Amino acid sequence: MMTRVDSYPTHIYKEFKLRPGRPLPFGATIVPGGVNFSIYSSHAIDCELVLFRKHEPKAFARIPFMRDFKIGNVYTMVVFDLDYENLEYGYTMDGPFDPGRGHRFDGTRILMDPYAKATGGRDEWGKEPDWNNVYQHRARIAFDDFDWEGDHPLEIPFEDLIVYELHVRSFTCHESSQVKHKGTFAGIVEKIHYLKELGVNCIELMPIHAFDEFENSRLSPATGKRLMNYWGYSNLGFFAPKAGYAATGKFGMEIDELKNLVRELHRNGIEVLLDVVFNHTAEGNEQGPYISYRGIDNQTYYMLTPEGYYFNFSGCGNTLNCNNPIVRNMILDCLRYWASEYHIDGFRFDLASILGRDQNGAPMNNPPLLESLAFDPVLGKCKLIAEAWDAGGLYQVGSFPNWGRWAEWNGRFRDDVRRFVKGDAGLAKAIIQRVEGSPDLYHSQGRSTSSSINFITCHDGFTLMDLVSYNDKHNEANGEDNRDGSNDNCSWNCGCEGATDDPGIAFLRRKQMKNAVTILMVSQGIPMLLSGDELGNTQFGNNNAYCQDNEISWLDWTLLEANQELYNYFKNMIAFRHAHPVLRGKEHFRNVDYVASGYPDISWHGTRAWQADVSEHSRCVAYLLCGKHAKSGTCEDSTIYVAMNMHWEMHGFELPAPPPGENWHVFANTDLAPPCDIWGVGHEQPLVNEQQVLAGPRSVLVLVAK
Amino acid sequence: MTAEYGVELRNRTARITIKGKLDTTSAPGLSEELKKLQGQEIDRVVFFVNELEYISSAGLRVIIFAKQKVGVKADIYFIGAQQAVLDILKMTGLTNFLICQDSYEE
Repeated sequence: MMTRVDSYPTHIYKEFKLRPGRPLPFGATIVPGGVNFSIYSSHAIDCELVLFRKHEPKAFARIPFMRDFKIGNVYTMVVFDLDYENLEYGYTMDGPFDPGRGHRFDGTRILMDPYAKATGGRDEWGKEPDWNNVYQHRARIAFDDFDWEGDHPLEIPFEDLIVYELHVRSFTCHESSQVKHKGTFAGIVEKIHYLKELGVNCIELMPIHAFDEFENSRLSPATGKRLMNYWGYSNLGFFAPKAGYAATGKFGMEIDELKNLVRELHRNGIEVLLDVVFNHTAEGNEQGPYISYRGIDNQTYYMLTPEGYYFNFSGCGNTLNCNNPIVRNMILDCLRYWASEYHIDGFRFDLASILGRDQNGAPMNNPPLLESLAFDPVLGKCKLIAEAWDAGGLYQVGSFPNWGRWAEWNGRFRDDVRRFVKGDAGLAKAIIQRVEGSPDLYHSQGRSTSSSINFITCHDGFTLMDLVSYNDKHNEANGEDNRDGSNDNCSWNCGCEGATDDPGIAFLRRKQMKNAVTILMVSQGIPMLLSGDELGNTQFGNNNAYCQDNEISWLDWTLLEANQELYNYFKNMIAFRHAHPVLRGKEHFRNVDYVASGYPDISWHGTRAWQADVSEHSRCVAYLLCGKHAKSGTCEDSTIYVAMNMHWEMHGFELPAPPPGENWHVFANTDLAPPCDIWGVGHEQPLVNEQQVLAGPRSVLVLVAK
Repeated sequence: MTAEYGVELRNRTARITIKGKLDTTSAPGLSEELKKLQGQEIDRVVFFVNELEYISSAGLRVIIFAKQKVGVKADIYFIGAQQAVLDILKMTGLTNFLICQDSYEE
């Protein structure tokens, strides 16, 4: 094979052999004989590469970019003969310090590469950093090869997903998890059998990009425990995984460990979504630290007021300038990298409405970033999910710019179902919309049911157990005098605030949790579960555990035995959804019979068959899904009837006739104790009285015709 | 101490002994040695690693190279690995194709 003529050094600087580099790709790339370094800054006047040996506090070299090492606004050079596995690198950038014009250059600061594929400095979770170190968060060079053994993203149809949101540490950190490598990617691998048995086919990982768990770390005045940046919604870099989430992070192998997790999940039919946080960075406001972007090109990377202050649409001090072309390309490069290098199946964008603001902060009609992501060829099969609001007051559930590609976390589903389940009046009309996949929000725009990510709980807010155990948040342990976290929880404690021995209250709470998950699983759209809800996991009333690296957040696996009844119910309800395509339609209902089955695709009922009561006081709604209309009439399924009685009294529901030759069978009845609460797919029990069924107080019934 | 290694091909079995640390310093050299085995009839690739103290990312890639380029149709054995090394292999997914044993018989 010919040796390239550009694989030899052309320059010498001290003991280093160099040559002009290639501007693209940005970042540090291993090339024959060396490493190609490339970084953008349009306002810097000088740039220097700073090299460290791994973990050493002092740099062993500083190499200036020579004049012919700059192309346009890109500094780039190849440095030969580096021991790149034991190397950490950063940059210094000289330029104007003129905050009024948006510039905050400081040539004394060592800055992390925005395109760093791996980072050091926080390799082991919770290990006290050396605060005197001048370079806290260190770019490292990554191997981008991996033996995927034929793996590829699963491309499960969106409407067939059941999403399970989890936090890497919370999932297995508790002693009871019994995994070897607790709180890590490797720990999740050890729990794949559990996820498979539960039946979910997609996990959504809370942020796994590099972040600093010590950011704003402090002691809780309430408990004396150390509070951390536990959730990690505060990025240091967008391309590197959080090394402290890997058991091998201290050896610099977090990339391999994470890729192995993705490959093993895919092998087991489980997709991986990442929660990505492009709305702000960990650099905070004017008082924040220099980590990277601020010192590289502040005016480019951040949205600034005319006076040069940071806009704060994120609520975290700064706002990434997402619709600046440079930043837009960085985000695109980043997502392409995760999709292609890590085989990630999709992304959930935190506070995504920020991504639709222009450089002055105004919402745009056709935000170029969102459009680019929607039509990007590399991301063509990736699921794109927006948290369609931001901390600046923009709320776009149902109106997020989408081009038919973007789904949304449906906050309306969460709020309406919560209020309906707790017995509020006036929800009947709304529940019809939510069960149908929120056509009021999505149908008129031609968007499918899979635009709606349905959820009742997520990391923000109460767990499901706490939703039925607390009227009010109890965030004292966060050390903010219980001021943080939402006050609008739509929760009900069932008669006692917090834990109780009262068997009646305990039964009602279990029933309410079953009601919630049943409605979630029999609604059109994509259901999302919060990890641990199937076990009745509690955060002891804390609805904002962002800083709690302890038992408040860690999933207690002993609950699997203690709450076997609840787990069994979840598992069977998930299996029911998988078994019935009629629950997973892609298109919205037409409310007519278009396959000549004798039934409309969906029909709404009440305590009287064929007469839905959507009046203000109604808490009883029922519906029938015609199996012959499953997947828009392209496949045949059972006909299903669901009765929801959220009144505190028992009600009889007159039943519509099942299809000719079939009889109603009970699949689930949340009012009954096991084993009669749920029978399992294929084991539904015949109904004695086919004319009417009694729904106990606050209960849901699911019937199947067969 | 960086790695010492030996490579020997006998009876269609590649026997590779590694001691010390297999990292960026030693991995490229071992890779070059393994390249010499490419194209030969090999039924087994056997790594004797009871004195291997540490394996880095670069070291992992040597093992993957052996699987992909040397022993495409061969069984890959990893003999006598210390627990810390085994843990790394497991967490990074290499144990999917490695046959890890305490000892090896011809």
